[in-house]
Amino acid sequence: MSVATATEATIGHGPVRAGKRETAYPGWFLLPAAVIYAVLFLLPTISSLYFSLTRWTLFDATFIGFENFAQFFREPFLVKGLVNTVIYAVVTSSMKVVLGMALALLLTSRIVARGYLRSVVFFPVLVSTIGVGITFTVLMHPTNGMINEGLALLGVKGPGWLTNPNLALFSVALVDVWKGVGLATVIYIAGLVAIPKDYYEAARIDGATPWQNFWFVTLPLSRPATATVITLSFIGGLRTFDLIWAMTKGGPGFASDTIASVIYKQYQAGFFGLSTAGNVVLFILIAILVVPLTMLLNRKRGHE
Amino acid sequence: MNTWKTLVGLTAGLMAMTGMVGIAMAQTSLTLFSPNDQAAVAYTEEMVAAFEAANPDISVEIEVGPGGTERDNMVKSRLATGTMNDVFVYNTGSLFQAINPIQTTTDLSAEPYMATILDSFKQTVTATDGTLHGVPYGQAMGGGILYNKKIYEELGLSVPTTWDEFMANNAKIKEAGKAPVIQTFGDTWTSQLFVLADYFNVQAAEPDFATKYTANEAKYAGNPAAMGGFQKQADVFNAGDLNEDFGAAVLDDGLRMLAQGEGAHYPMLTFAVGTIAQNYPDLVSDVGYFALPGNDAAKNGTTVWMPTALYISASSPNQEAAKKLVAFVASKQGGCDPWVKINAITGPFLIQGCELPADVPPAVADLQTYFTADGRTAPALEFLSPVKGPNLENITVEVGSGIRTPEDAAALYDEDVKKQAQQLGLPGW
Repeated sequence: MSVATATEATIGHGPVRAGKRETAYPGWFLLPAAVIYAVLFLLPTISSLYFSLTRWTLFDATFIGFENFAQFFREPFLVKGLVNTVIYAVVTSSMKVVLGMALALLLTSRIVARGYLRSVVFFPVLVSTIGVGITFTVLMHPTNGMINEGLALLGVKGPGWLTNPNLALFSVALVDVWKGVGLATVIYIAGLVAIPKDYYEAARIDGATPWQNFWFVTLPLSRPATATVITLSFIGGLRTFDLIWAMTKGGPGFASDTIASVIYKQYQAGFFGLSTAGNVVLFILIAILVVPLTMLLNRKRGHE
Repeated sequence: MNTWKTLVGLTAGLMAMTGMVGIAMAQTSLTLFSPNDQAAVAYTEEMVAAFEAANPDISVEIEVGPGGTERDNMVKSRLATGTMNDVFVYNTGSLFQAINPIQTTTDLSAEPYMATILDSFKQTVTATDGTLHGVPYGQAMGGGILYNKKIYEELGLSVPTTWDEFMANNAKIKEAGKAPVIQTFGDTWTSQLFVLADYFNVQAAEPDFATKYTANEAKYAGNPAAMGGFQKQADVFNAGDLNEDFGAAVLDDGLRMLAQGEGAHYPMLTFAVGTIAQNYPDLVSDVGYFALPGNDAAKNGTTVWMPTALYISASSPNQEAAKKLVAFVASKQGGCDPWVKINAITGPFLIQGCELPADVPPAVADLQTYFTADGRTAPALEFLSPVKGPNLENITVEVGSGIRTPEDAAALYDEDVKKQAQQLGLPGW
């Protein structure tokens, strides 16, 4: 907005009254997009706000005020889903940052078959999430799964990756990292390649160790890449559903429920008002966590 | 001349069109939303073939839908949006009440065949206004313990009538190196059987539990009789009696372990005997059935489930043809003979004039003995009360995996059913 005003001021159009601003297109030209926007986006958003305040059977809706929201926060497994969502988002995004950076360092160094290795790391990103989920569910089977059979060969008794309530959420998060780390790596590779070689030369002249090289040159200068990876994977982690549903359906019990899977279960049970209220909560939660994060990252970008 | 030609052409065209309309009227096509378990699919195919042979003007296309909560989801969405198949198979009892049957399904109260359907079934497809909406799509089932008779013979065990005897048997089976109790939490719904099948024992202790429960006057928490099922599930977990992969195994795994003698007991509905008969025809004679034992040997009996029902979607344009199909399923030729033919007998039929064949699997014969005596069967709670919480299966997975105590689970479940009761608009909640 500020950019637009500044441009107008320099060009010298003078003050423009709101609502009277001329556009390049006549009204009828914008109408189709406006209709699509209203019908497919505006209307559902407003009606979902209304239905979240009702007990809704899809046939008729009884207005019950904020009862759905009260219910939503009263129940232990809904709150647990909320906590799990945040844990999941933090775990996956931090692991993607660390692993993505490590892999990017490896794949920007002089190694054989670099191009091939770079594409291999990206392949899981392209595979269907449900497919990945089902495959890993089979691999992680407590007795017949390949992972535990492999561990058994080494004499280790593998845990119930998806059936142990303390492990299930982290097992799914690991698979999420495996699937998503390729994207983080690619972003980091772009960031690392963009760092001018002069810095490393100067560091070498100053007698920097490799560790100092990384800590004082590479890491600060790849901050824009870090910001992008964190934002993308954090939002992705908050609204995660498909992988959780394919692997554990929130189980065992409620151990790996996230807010999205809880909402889906309410919908399945026919509590349409309650699940709509859950979606409103999810919307607000993402906004609360992501808006400050984006503002922080934008501010940092402005400094550079 | 030109006018004449046009007229001839028009007439010919009109005649052709009427001809086409005639054919279209004669051939009605129905779609049927069928369950996905193997025995039901086999029955559906057999039944539809017989129906089409008897009604050459109607063709039926079978769509196999998912089971469990996925099915609830699909059925509700399709009914609400008017996109349901012409006829569909869905649960009776509490789940039937939740689909708003008066508006979404066709009223079948006036159909003559209703007189031949047993009352015990009819009450489970009766809407709140007293109208009838479905016909049985299968046989009555018992919910209790399927057990491996070979293991019982080898170890010299006898069928338990009290919970203590059951646990004593489990200890001996465990010593012999087999899994005493099979659990399959990969299919979460299978975890509910300890609680649901215990209802015979609940009502033996508190005959008016269902009425009070619906009126929000009776609870699970703090009620030792009602909590019995949760407690039993915790007992077998604490004793270490479960198969190693109980958390990941699915129904088919459980039935395989039971039939092949890797495990001794599987809390299950007897419809699964039909699946065993399909998958392991040689081993079905090794599988027997007994009621989930209570604390008092004098009050031993089994909890009974009604089968799913076939309904007509109120939005179907083919009501007449759909009614013919439903009438066929309500008859002996359509509702009983195909089950006998595919050898999937799981319990007594609910249509008058249908007899069980002489050579039923032992588990079904065991179930039959409960029906022959008075007061040894009771319907499951979901057929007596519309109140059933959607999260029971997740809660029982927790109890069965040692994550949650029975007391805690009962309290949580009481909270869970509240939502359902409020959604249904029941008085007193």
